[in-house]
Amino acid sequence: MLKPIITLKDIAVTLGGEQVLKNFNLTIGDGEFVTLLGPSGCGKTTVLRTIGGFITPDSGDVFFGEQKITDVPPHKRAVNTIFQKYALFPHLNVYENIAFGMRIKGKKEEEIRRTVNEMLHMVNLDGMARRGVGSLSGGQQQRVAIARALANEPKVLLLDEPLSALDLKLRKDMQSELKKIQQAVGITFVFVTHDQEEALSMSDTVVVMDKGQIQQIGTPIDVYNEPKNAFVADFIGESNILDGTMVEDYLVEVAGQRFKSLDSGFGTMAPVDVVIRPEDIDIVPTESSAAHVAGVVTSVTFKGVHYEIIVDVDGFKWMIQTTDSAKVGDRIGLALTPDDIHVMAKSVYSGTFGDYSSFSEEMGMARLSAEEEEAADA
Amino acid sequence: MRNKLICAPYTVWMTLFIIVPMGLVAFFAFTDRSGAFTLHNIAQVGQYSNVFLRSIWLGAIATAVSLLLGYPLAYIIAKANPRQQSVLVMLVMLPMWMNFLLRTYAWMTLLEDNGLLNALFTAIGLPRFHMINTAGAVVLGMVYNYIPYMILPLYSVLTKIDPSVIEAAQDLGADSRKVFLKVVFPMSMPGVISGITMVFVPAVSTFIISKMLGGGGNLLIGDLIDMQFLGSAYNPNLGSAISLVLMVMILICMGIMNQFDDGEEVGGGMLL
Repeated sequence: MLKPIITLKDIAVTLGGEQVLKNFNLTIGDGEFVTLLGPSGCGKTTVLRTIGGFITPDSGDVFFGEQKITDVPPHKRAVNTIFQKYALFPHLNVYENIAFGMRIKGKKEEEIRRTVNEMLHMVNLDGMARRGVGSLSGGQQQRVAIARALANEPKVLLLDEPLSALDLKLRKDMQSELKKIQQAVGITFVFVTHDQEEALSMSDTVVVMDKGQIQQIGTPIDVYNEPKNAFVADFIGESNILDGTMVEDYLVEVAGQRFKSLDSGFGTMAPVDVVIRPEDIDIVPTESSAAHVAGVVTSVTFKGVHYEIIVDVDGFKWMIQTTDSAKVGDRIGLALTPDDIHVMAKSVYSGTFGDYSSFSEEMGMARLSAEEEEAADA
Repeated sequence: MRNKLICAPYTVWMTLFIIVPMGLVAFFAFTDRSGAFTLHNIAQVGQYSNVFLRSIWLGAIATAVSLLLGYPLAYIIAKANPRQQSVLVMLVMLPMWMNFLLRTYAWMTLLEDNGLLNALFTAIGLPRFHMINTAGAVVLGMVYNYIPYMILPLYSVLTKIDPSVIEAAQDLGADSRKVFLKVVFPMSMPGVISGITMVFVPAVSTFIISKMLGGGGNLLIGDLIDMQFLGSAYNPNLGSAISLVLMVMILICMGIMNQFDDGEEVGGGMLL
């Protein structure tokens, strides 16, 4: 474990009468790239603003190293923030924006000039020093914001969805650039995003959050391969989540069949959630001995690298990602291999995710109520 | 083509009531009573330089006082919650709903030697103060009447400042004093400029305020012009010449002011 640099202890935050965080505990190691990942409204930005000092928690404490900083105002904290909309100073040019923090601290002009030039070079904005920030593109403004924050040599950099306003290609470039910068300066980055791909590709540690609670903390590989509950499994990547039974250690029953499993410790005949990733399912003929379940194809979407096929198996909609194509209406067999089966304990999220009748909860609800209406009409 | 048609009434209006009168002012300024060209009127304006100076001086003081009083208030209003904001803005505007003359008359009765304020002072054992017919009374009248024009553009600019920019400044180490000096105030410059313009211009050219609160000793350009058209010293040609010189001077002042504005953003003047 790395030496902790930020520790949040039993934090509770209420915003506008709503309890956003409750009993929130998190330790961030020095030099780590930590991502807070979760849907909007999960409290991830609140965590960031609490670290930055813009929110004083109702109870609980914030520690910087060993030192308690709960009541230290933002301008006295050794952390800097990259704001979602960059928040550059419109009345200052690029140079003065980057120099802002150093001027406040009363650094010498010579040192300011050297640092600003170094920063401009690091974020690939050489020669842009005298430009007005209004004339810059989104990506360039983003770089100025990064340079402005790093010029203060913070111990921790907080990034609040900094890439959400950029287009896809630029996002990818900035992702790798941010990662590179983090490795070069060697400081802690706390990155907030709702984009799971971004979180997986950049972080050392991913903190998955929902409803103000940490659902799982782990490396990107851990949270993808070993999700702790249905929420994590669904939020990170695509997942088919089925009801299963842990017959005994290393043996799970799902979809009417028993599979060898790598998981243990659930007890015997315990109800569990079973995750099967869409890319781990093969299409086979229904009569093949490899077919574990069979169903009817209800939709096929071409995604470039693969097809996304939705298969209705006795009312449960599976998602399959495969390079083999199928036609809507085909009856196909699905082959699962024991390696691909991940078992999770039942949680409050069981049953809310994992069926591909719809992709989002919102559409699911809409569809459900529409169906109810139809039923009532009939 | 359609656009032109829609514009037509405005074009006609502007020509009739703005361009033509200005042309007439210029015409009268450069002619004598018989209509012959002359520079005599313009040359005569020079002898009133003390009136010009006094007008500019009192106007400048009134503008500075309005800015010093108006900025904190605009800042407080901008920081208040939305419901309080609309009430406070209404309170700022409220005096403007009352007739300008009436408001100035009210100040007369307040400031007179035997007025309400002096009655109050004597009642609590203070000596009487001579307030009416002083330059101070004129400045007071100007500030009272024109301060809403300072507050509103400032308020409008201040509410538009993105709170995350202020947070960014705090984040970079600025305490509240530095946040104000380095971020809020510079970012509110467009509002400051339009506020100054909108107070200074009417204050310099006012005549009612000086006439009613300043007595005979505080003659301003406005009074001078008034006298040339309606008063004893009837001379519309000279009046026009003075107006023209005043206009040029105000244009120069505004030109200088706009140098301070980087012109990136059109300020809060849009509100009015």
